[in-house]
Amino acid sequence: MNRRRSTGSATEAAAGNGLLDRRSLLAAGAGSVGLAGAPSALGAADLSIEPWMREPGSPFTGYGQPSRFESKTVRTSASAPGTTGAGASRTPLQRLNGTITPNGLHFERHHSGIPDIDPDAHRLLIHGLVNRPLLFTLEALARYPMETRIAFIECGGNSGALYQKEAAQLDLQASHGLLSCAEWTGVRLALLLEEAGIEPQARWLLAEGADAAGMSRSVPIKAADEALVALYQNGERVRPSNGYPMRLLLPGYEGNMNVKWLRRIKATEGPTMTKDETSKYTILLPSGKSLQFVFPIETKSVIAYPSPGITLPGAGIYEISGLAWSGYGKISQVEVSADGGKSWAPAALREPVLPKALTRFRLPWRWDGGPAVLQSRATDGSGYVQPTRDALITERGSRATYHFNGITSWAVGEHGEVRHVYA
Amino acid sequence: MSTPSSMIAAAIIALLSTTALAETPDQGRPAAPEEIALWDTSIGPDGAGLPPGSGTPQQGEAVYAARCLPCHGEKGAGKPNDQLVGGLGTLAGDQAAVKTVGSFWPYATTLFDYVRRAMPFNAPKSLSDDEVYAVCAYILRLNGIIEERAVMSAQTLPKVQMPNRDGFMPFSRQK
Ligand code: HEC
Repeated sequence: MNRRRSTGSATEAAAGNGLLDRRSLLAAGAGSVGLAGAPSALGAADLSIEPWMREPGSPFTGYGQPSRFESKTVRTSASAPGTTGAGASRTPLQRLNGTITPNGLHFERHHSGIPDIDPDAHRLLIHGLVNRPLLFTLEALARYPMETRIAFIECGGNSGALYQKEAAQLDLQASHGLLSCAEWTGVRLALLLEEAGIEPQARWLLAEGADAAGMSRSVPIKAADEALVALYQNGERVRPSNGYPMRLLLPGYEGNMNVKWLRRIKATEGPTMTKDETSKYTILLPSGKSLQFVFPIETKSVIAYPSPGITLPGAGIYEISGLAWSGYGKISQVEVSADGGKSWAPAALREPVLPKALTRFRLPWRWDGGPAVLQSRATDGSGYVQPTRDALITERGSRATYHFNGITSWAVGEHGEVRHVYA
Repeated sequence: MSTPSSMIAAAIIALLSTTALAETPDQGRPAAPEEIALWDTSIGPDGAGLPPGSGTPQQGEAVYAARCLPCHGEKGAGKPNDQLVGGLGTLAGDQAAVKTVGSFWPYATTLFDYVRRAMPFNAPKSLSDDEVYAVCAYILRLNGIIEERAVMSAQTLPKVQMPNRDGFMPFSRQK
């Protein structure tokens, strides 16, 4: 057996408190080096011909559903008092793997419920500072060249609770679940604007949705370079909860600007100063002033496994895994610490690593059963490094609400329980 | 009657557009001004787009009592939904920040835009323009921002000085 050879340097410590080299445990045979402790014994009596092998399975269905054993993999939601559709639902990040969010689990933030839009009656109007105001039907848009783009969308308010003075006991879904990633297909907004003939003094676009709240946001015109009028989400029509029949996709920009149920784009000289770019989505600083127009999502990462609510069954080998993303481009590095930030080891990034998309990182860890504080720290292609929570709080105070991107800490207790802590 | 110069300008634009459009699908249909007017309800901070009509705080009190109070409380005090009044002086420091129309919103035009498109929550777009002006006037009055006898209209609303008008700085990553 090649036991001795593969244990060699591959399982060397990469940082304190049991973090192993990111290349360890990958080679064939390396997984059986005995690091994980004795695998639980499987007696012959455990192996039988199961009932599902003794009769034909269920028939075909028109639209498939997950296994009935996965009933906990669902969004959780909350709505403003007295309302049913003015709030948010969160993606169960701790129960997913890979980087693409299934359409039924994509997070939602609605301001007045999900409109039941008849696609044949829906129109997209482009007007304002343009030479030719234009109206598009869905059928008309279907005749345009389409592009496909994998992009995350994160709500500007995601992990806002981590600004608070006490570390809230939230699971990953509650703390970071206003984050999802999908493959979006649609028509380049720039092409439609070109046809309408944007006038030179136009610097902003007002984007408006066809929901009961008429949700609207001002978008700087440069965002149109990468913007899509998205018609498809992970291969199927955009879900009603994500803007059916069309939404604005602004890769990297805070979720609220990716206006769903898109019905109108107005080219303007200045921003319209809508409610959601003044009353909301502005960062209040200790000085009493607020930062406005905080568009791209700043570089951020979080460990999904293990995370609060998960209990490690005992000392031994685990794969730490999590997500990293940046609204400014590609993730270039993620480091992991098991000793609360004293020492760091580079994590492996799973391909593909795409700009403005979720990136999955992983790192093997040998937990010795003692106390540990797990953290991840992302760096993007520009060299920006995700800040500590302390650094962020020093700059912004604890009432900033939006765009929290600080390093998040999970403490592992002696019984393997994982808790959110400030470290 | 068109002047020759505007006809030439129109011809040039038509020519430019046809050349520019040669390679694109061009499947949109031109939108008529009346169609645009029906849809374009957004109001700029300079008041551009405000419709005719007007309202006073006193008229607004009745609208508020009938259409807003169950959700936003007596005199905009909030509960069960957002507080619309008060909070002045809570933005700086480390205390709980009470962000309301009065303490936080930089433009009164935003209030008109938002209420007309989204409120009352259970029946959005059901208020007349006069009612929207009136209920905005009432909320601004409750916040002590305008006088009791002020009349809100397309002329006066954009001139209202909101307390937090200078409270915002555009964000830049480089600082
Ligand atoms: C059925 C309850 C309900 C009624 C009635 C109602 N509102 Fe609201 N209002 C809400 C909810 C819920 C929100 C938050 C919506 C969101 O999350 O986007 C809100 C938000 C607002 C806001 C934004 C507050 C802020 O600081 O961001 C204003 C202003 C407002 N309402 C004004 C009004 C006015 C004026 C009326 C009456 C014409 C009214 N509302 C009637 C429920 C209601």
